[in-house]
Amino acid sequence: MSSTTYKPPVTAQVAEKTLHKPKSAGRSPGTVALLMLLPAGVLMITFLIIPIGLTFVLAFTNARLISPEPAHFIGLDNFSRLFGNDTFWKSLRNTVIFAVVIVPFQSALALGLALLVNVKMRGVNFFRTVYFLPVVTSMVVVSMLWLFLYQPNGLINAVLAKFGIQGPDWLGNPSTALFAIIVMSAWQAVGFHMVIWLSGLQTIPGELYEAASLDGASPVQQFLHVTWPGLRQTFIFILITITIAAFSLFTQINIMTQGGPLDSTSTVVFQAVRTGFAQQQTGYAAAISLVFFVIVLAVSLLQRYLTREKEAGR
Amino acid sequence: MISRTIKRLAATILVAATPLALAACAKGGSSASSDSAGGGTLTMWTHNAGNKNELASIQKIVTDFNGSQTKYKVDVQAFPQDSYNQSVVAAAAAKKLPCILDIDGPNVPNWAWAGYLAPLEGMDDTLSKFLPSTVGKYQDKIYSYGYYDVALTIVSRKSVLKKYGVRIPTIEQPWTAEEFDAALKKIRDSGDFDYPLDIATSFTGEWWPYAYSPMLQSFGGDLINRTDYKSAQGVLNGPEALNWATWFRSLVTEKYVPLKSGADPAKDFMNGKSAMLYNGTWTAVDTRKKFGDDVVFLPPADFGKGPKIGGGSWQWGISQNCSDAAGAMEYMKFAAQDKYVAGVAEATTNIPTTDAAAAQVKGYEPGGENDVFREFTKTFAVVRPETPGYPFIATEFTKTAQDILNGADPQKALDQAVKNIDANQESNNYFE
Repeated sequence: MSSTTYKPPVTAQVAEKTLHKPKSAGRSPGTVALLMLLPAGVLMITFLIIPIGLTFVLAFTNARLISPEPAHFIGLDNFSRLFGNDTFWKSLRNTVIFAVVIVPFQSALALGLALLVNVKMRGVNFFRTVYFLPVVTSMVVVSMLWLFLYQPNGLINAVLAKFGIQGPDWLGNPSTALFAIIVMSAWQAVGFHMVIWLSGLQTIPGELYEAASLDGASPVQQFLHVTWPGLRQTFIFILITITIAAFSLFTQINIMTQGGPLDSTSTVVFQAVRTGFAQQQTGYAAAISLVFFVIVLAVSLLQRYLTREKEAGR
Repeated sequence: MISRTIKRLAATILVAATPLALAACAKGGSSASSDSAGGGTLTMWTHNAGNKNELASIQKIVTDFNGSQTKYKVDVQAFPQDSYNQSVVAAAAAKKLPCILDIDGPNVPNWAWAGYLAPLEGMDDTLSKFLPSTVGKYQDKIYSYGYYDVALTIVSRKSVLKKYGVRIPTIEQPWTAEEFDAALKKIRDSGDFDYPLDIATSFTGEWWPYAYSPMLQSFGGDLINRTDYKSAQGVLNGPEALNWATWFRSLVTEKYVPLKSGADPAKDFMNGKSAMLYNGTWTAVDTRKKFGDDVVFLPPADFGKGPKIGGGSWQWGISQNCSDAAGAMEYMKFAAQDKYVAGVAEATTNIPTTDAAAAQVKGYEPGGENDVFREFTKTFAVVRPETPGYPFIATEFTKTAQDILNGADPQKALDQAVKNIDANQESNNYFE
């Protein structure tokens, strides 16, 4: 029975294909695919593949941004200099702290917001928009605004003073500067991940909740046994995107603290940019970038491995 | 069906994009052009697209030059200051530098060493009348000259100083370190001001070496040993430098200056938050408007080696790949006339570099209200080290000074800066 209903469409499709073939001037689908790949391919090769390839070469030379002398090969000098540099280790430590804190903090906050705006009530779109607003604002603008908020006599300390708390100089104190940057970064990006969580939430069929409530499951049980398993793919996506964004922390640092005070907010990317442009040491900056590339690659591979493992177990 | 549509679409996009790409290439290629056999167009780049008055004063020189002869035509292209240096570096890499360009003073040795700039020949006589800090030199050759300089000063009010019994210092008799500290202490203890002094720590970039390395030099230290420009050992981490660092940090611990100034320290001064303001002479116009005759512009304190202030502002030079160097030189000679020095200095409210020009600019004539700024520059100005390694030294000094102000161990911070600066000089084979 299945064969009789299945066959006619196939022949019809074949017939259609043969009919259209002469019109497409002998171009195979392969050529078309290549053509479609071309714009993205050219951009990727020019702005991604070639620079990465150059980094691998430059990292082993003494190339400079401005110099009448040609660059020459200096072996592993850049790397031995880098690993003996305190600022590099501090930058690496700050980058790791930033990533380790912001990944759970920001994803949990985004999930909380997503659950809040997932209810069916009047005006919920207004709140969705409000939470999403910082995402569409440029990071440069957000950084400038928070620079004012964080001033010793800024808005945040004024509010704290109302409760009798003497707020610190948030960005001027080495023990609070990184924390201040973390909070501000999470505030800026949380709306984006809220929307991703929201889309995940809305793919969970309503029948599952109906069935769960018929079985007498409490809201907490519903979340743990229906919502959370249903958000698994979303969770992996969010985990990976936040991690990568966290490692590339630069804009906020460049505008708000320039790595200070006392290197407490210096990051690997900030150090690479400062070394490469302000200090004109292209080769050394390439070595920093190369080390950074290896670290990010290792973390991504580890995350892939961990998430894939659990999937197979399920 | 679908594939055909997409193919057509792709083709259309390609056809549409090609002229754009070609146009972009053509535009990049035409920046410095000049006809052979002498004469033609000389391209000129300037950083002051954002400064209407300065640009207009430069434009006037160019118009006069173009009208004075028929052989050459100078074509001005103005850039915003923030992206100017990158534009020059990129143009140099592509061998597309303009014939005439302006340069921030401390960058002159770096660009001369890199082969961007050609020496200015046959102008020694003219330029001997210029303030030394406005002439860019590298290895005994002149590469640039500027129309003006800026002086650093301590701005305060006579009434305030009188109230706290602080002597008003003069060029001949500046404050000693003890007098300065005593004045700061007295004003702080009165509690009348948030801070007795504001040194504008909120400014970024070149401000830090420009404003704070003169203090180090007044203590007897320096950014690098200027006999051979090979090492900073002993000058940036010696006992004098350590004294500077300890004093610099004490400004914050004694609550003499805010660790981080407000976004506009001049405004804070005018609103009475600080009693004194360490700043460039560009604040003169606004502070005079606010306080009238009460405002005074004082020389910085003498920490042992006399008061020091930074010297060297934007200057003009010619590039090495100019196809008509003779024409560019002709312009440079034409533009060095006193009336043009006066014109640009007046437009920017800065210090005119020659005596003759100063006589023509209101306020800078001998005895004029701004004459004191010229005296500061003449007497106290120290140019930043004339080595191609300067841009690196500037970043290292900035970071070190910031760390010291924030409480880093002074000796350790200075030693690290010396280590980095020496390594950079050495890795460039001392720029020989």
